[in-house]
Amino acid sequence: MNTDTDTEHRTAVFRAADIAKIYQMGEVQVHALRGVSLELFDHEFVVLLGASGSGKSTLLNILGGLDVPTSGTVHYLDNELTASDDSKLTQYRRKNVGFVFQFYNLIPSLTAKENVELITEIATDPMDPLDALDMVKLKERANHFPAQLSGGEQQRVAIARAIAKKPKVLLCDEPTGALDVETGIVVLEAIARINDELGTTTAVITHNAAIARMADRVISLSNGQISAVNENASRIDASKLEW
Amino acid sequence: MRKLDRKLIRDLFHMKGQAIAITLVIAAGVAVFVMSTCAYASLSDGQIRFYRNNRFADIFSSAKRCPKALIPRIEQIPGVSTVETRLVYDVLLDVPDMTEPATGRLISIPEIREQRLNEVYISRGRMVEPNRLGEVVASEMFAETHGFKPGDTVRAVINGTVQQLKMVGVALTPEYVIQLQGGAMLPDKKRFGIFWVNERQLESAFDMSGAFNSVLLKLEYGANLDEVIDQLDKLLEPFGSIGAYDRSQQLSHQYVTDELLQLKTMATVGPSIFLSVAAFLLNIVVSRVISQQREQVAALKAFGYFNYEIGFHYLNLVMVISMTGTIIGTLFGFWMGANLIEMYQEFYKFPLLKFQINEIAVLWAFLLTTFAAVVGTWLAVRNAIRLPPAEAMRPEPPPTYRPTIVERFVPLGMLSAELRMIFRNIERKLLKSAVSIVGIAVAVAVLILGSFSLDSLDYLIDFQFRKAQRQDLTVSFVEPATSSVVHEMSGLDGALDSETMRAVASRIRFQHRSRRVGIMGLESEPKLFRLLGEDERPIAVPTHGITLNSKLASLLGAGLGDRLNVEVLEGKRPKINVELTSIVNEFGGVNAYMDKRQLHELLKESAVASGAFLKVDSNRLEDIYQELESRPGVGSVSIKDANIRSFKETVAENMLTMRSFNILFAVVIAIGVVYNSARISLSEQSRDLATMRVIGFTRTEVATVLLGEIILFTIVAIPLGWLIGYWFAAFMIMGLETENYRIPLIINYSTFAFASLVVVLATFFSALIIQRRINQLDLISVLKTRE
Ligand SMILES: Nc1ncnc2c1ncn2[C@@H]1O[C@H](COP(=O)(O)OP(=O)(O)O)[C@@H](O)[C@H]1O
Ligand SMILES: [Mg+2]
Repeated sequence: MNTDTDTEHRTAVFRAADIAKIYQMGEVQVHALRGVSLELFDHEFVVLLGASGSGKSTLLNILGGLDVPTSGTVHYLDNELTASDDSKLTQYRRKNVGFVFQFYNLIPSLTAKENVELITEIATDPMDPLDALDMVKLKERANHFPAQLSGGEQQRVAIARAIAKKPKVLLCDEPTGALDVETGIVVLEAIARINDELGTTTAVITHNAAIARMADRVISLSNGQISAVNENASRIDASKLEW
Repeated sequence: MRKLDRKLIRDLFHMKGQAIAITLVIAAGVAVFVMSTCAYASLSDGQIRFYRNNRFADIFSSAKRCPKALIPRIEQIPGVSTVETRLVYDVLLDVPDMTEPATGRLISIPEIREQRLNEVYISRGRMVEPNRLGEVVASEMFAETHGFKPGDTVRAVINGTVQQLKMVGVALTPEYVIQLQGGAMLPDKKRFGIFWVNERQLESAFDMSGAFNSVLLKLEYGANLDEVIDQLDKLLEPFGSIGAYDRSQQLSHQYVTDELLQLKTMATVGPSIFLSVAAFLLNIVVSRVISQQREQVAALKAFGYFNYEIGFHYLNLVMVISMTGTIIGTLFGFWMGANLIEMYQEFYKFPLLKFQINEIAVLWAFLLTTFAAVVGTWLAVRNAIRLPPAEAMRPEPPPTYRPTIVERFVPLGMLSAELRMIFRNIERKLLKSAVSIVGIAVAVAVLILGSFSLDSLDYLIDFQFRKAQRQDLTVSFVEPATSSVVHEMSGLDGALDSETMRAVASRIRFQHRSRRVGIMGLESEPKLFRLLGEDERPIAVPTHGITLNSKLASLLGAGLGDRLNVEVLEGKRPKINVELTSIVNEFGGVNAYMDKRQLHELLKESAVASGAFLKVDSNRLEDIYQELESRPGVGSVSIKDANIRSFKETVAENMLTMRSFNILFAVVIAIGVVYNSARISLSEQSRDLATMRVIGFTRTEVATVLLGEIILFTIVAIPLGWLIGYWFAAFMIMGLETENYRIPLIINYSTFAFASLVVVLATFFSALIIQRRINQLDLISVLKTRE
């Protein structure tokens, strides 16, 4: 648990300054982000909360180096992501970022373990793929193909895959969006454990306010802007969540 | 193994049907390429070695009778390095196993020295020994065809007297790599043989001591060919020379060169079609795979796989297919090439003609298929790696459908829901549909291309040997025969009809172009040897001017009404300027015709004949043959039916073998294209189809949507394929055309029907497989997963 609330002494992993993202849809301009500034700190567990279409995914993708803002700057530690080219961004993702997506995005032709290995193969100091699966309690399903796993199990494989390279940051876009409550909780527990045990800076997107209670900090987005930032005095264990 | 490679193998296995189909298309292209390039290398190598080792001459000429005293003057022509003189005579042969006469070409062998040019290569037995009369060495082709062994004999009518020729050896010569008699379109292994005889024997038989009638020259490097020919002609003219020519006009050399040219055409046309089709198939299949794996690509990128790693992953997938195809194709190409060389050994006699693996060709095959594969895949892969990962993560927006043009013209309600879906699908992906249609059309076209040769051949034989030439026998005389001989000829027991002709050697000039050709003087309205116009109707030989066949006219660049300079190379060598009054269709050789009386006037001679065409009673053939053999004036007899038969037994049979390969490959293409298009439509639409099933449509109704599309494509593609096939065939024929042969562009309805049927069957079987897949559609899972 992170009890140190003094921002002065914490390392800012991400620093985003006044970022905007505009999508050109033919004649129409879609303002997905309108001047967002924020910092995410080392070891921190942050929940990005907001209604559908509020710009959460856009923000997360920009932090993860999957997308670039139309204006504004983003720093990851000392690297300015907004000044990096495609290959630098790829390098950045390869070394530092773990993603978990709403629809898992596993490779259907590879088993659970192979899906994890796909990532550990290109990482510099990965964990043992089986240990990663063990962390999400799926070691015994290592040789199953995605099609043979339930949605929740697939998402846990996706988490194992994301953490196996011991990333600095773990970015999860609605990891429970496609899951029922119980399964959702198992998945969130897994994410919380990784944040706890590995100290990975973790950002989880959700439109579900209940989930916010397990975070250190909750950043609310609405209409492309940050509408509120709340620090939870104490984090609730994922198993105690209900919605 | 890298996990990405494991994914590759599993993906490949998942799409095995399509992968195999494409592999086979590539294999077919590579096989044709490797076969023709290796055969080319083997044949060309055999030719070069034989020519070099046995000192094949550069220039050839003949005359009636030249004194040997002329030899030093020939040697002094600038540029000439070696001169060989000899006696060459055609005689009638009485071969034990044949009733009909054969023609033997007797060539003298010097007795007191080695041959200087066109050396014979003894393959069995021995050379004739000096001073031994009656010994001959026979050409291998003739000896093999008749099963002759050293020691066997044939009887020849040499200058009126029958002589026994004892074959002591069997030999080859660079001069007759293919055994073909001048004027004949087809090689004749059985009725035309070359025999080498001691010079002394020929000298005495033909009263030619101290003289020669044939001369061969070898040139120094860099010599001026035309200059040497001119000088040689000047020297030999007083002795009845009909003009010298170089290798390009030498029959055997021409045929081998033509064959090499045709192999080149084969090595380009076929493989380009196959590899284009393969590139097209790879493109549609890989595009589909990548669009299905859009989100997997996004995940790989999100986790930091570089673009090139992902690009190579898909390229590797394609490379596995194309490499497998190349390897199978190369091996099959070797096998086919070896067969082709074996087949060549029946026509072309080289001391050493063996199949050679042409490593460069194999390398090229790898490069070409890799190129086709990479080009075919590149667009699809490039789009995949270009897509920003954030973009790829979002599902593709639903396609926009509109009411189709068809629906605007057909009243609503007339079209069923299924038909409307079919039309909307097609209109939405108009380009893709067009490409699929063209693909199927190409399959039809390749089938036509692969099988039309027989139609052309049948037509050619029918045109040339039945419609145009209606004689049974063509008799040529050693010396122009008087009208009384001709009269006797028509009076032969069993002769139903006869016609005479006068043939003279000539040189025809138009502008700066010239050709050495024989002019045939025909009766003005020939009934046996006829000239046919465009519409296959016989045309009368114009009483003035000259008639050329279309090939000769185009070689000279002359058209109707042009005036040509004709120099007759016999007798008093008259030179005249005549009008080109008529052009006829022929598929073999370059020929010129004139009215026979006009020719006689020109030569200031009586009505003599060089030969006669006979129509005979087939029951009396044997008598007629015997009668002809006993006549001293008869130089050779050619039997049309026998020619056609031997042609059909050899050339046509081999053509059939090639044709069945072509058809096999065409079927591979047809199935490859049709099956792949159908599979891709299925994969694109399986979600919609499952939805239809869920909301209550029956299997049949659902199948109608998909199969309807495939059937519609096939229906549109077939006529288009006829058109493309016709073009392909026309293009191919252009590449195969030589001076000796033109293949008419004839495609029978049955060939169109056959090509269509194969494609319809391919569609039918693809449809069956698709139907099975539709029946197995997993309704729940399709609806559960996104995309
Ligand atoms: N690639 C895109 N093209 C056009 N509009 C987009 C694109 N991505 C996102 N948007 C729009 O930007 C807004 C924010 O989207 P997003 O970040 O996905 O929201 P959230 O994840 O909060 O639901 C939405 O209105 C969405 O339609
Ligand atoms: Mg979102």
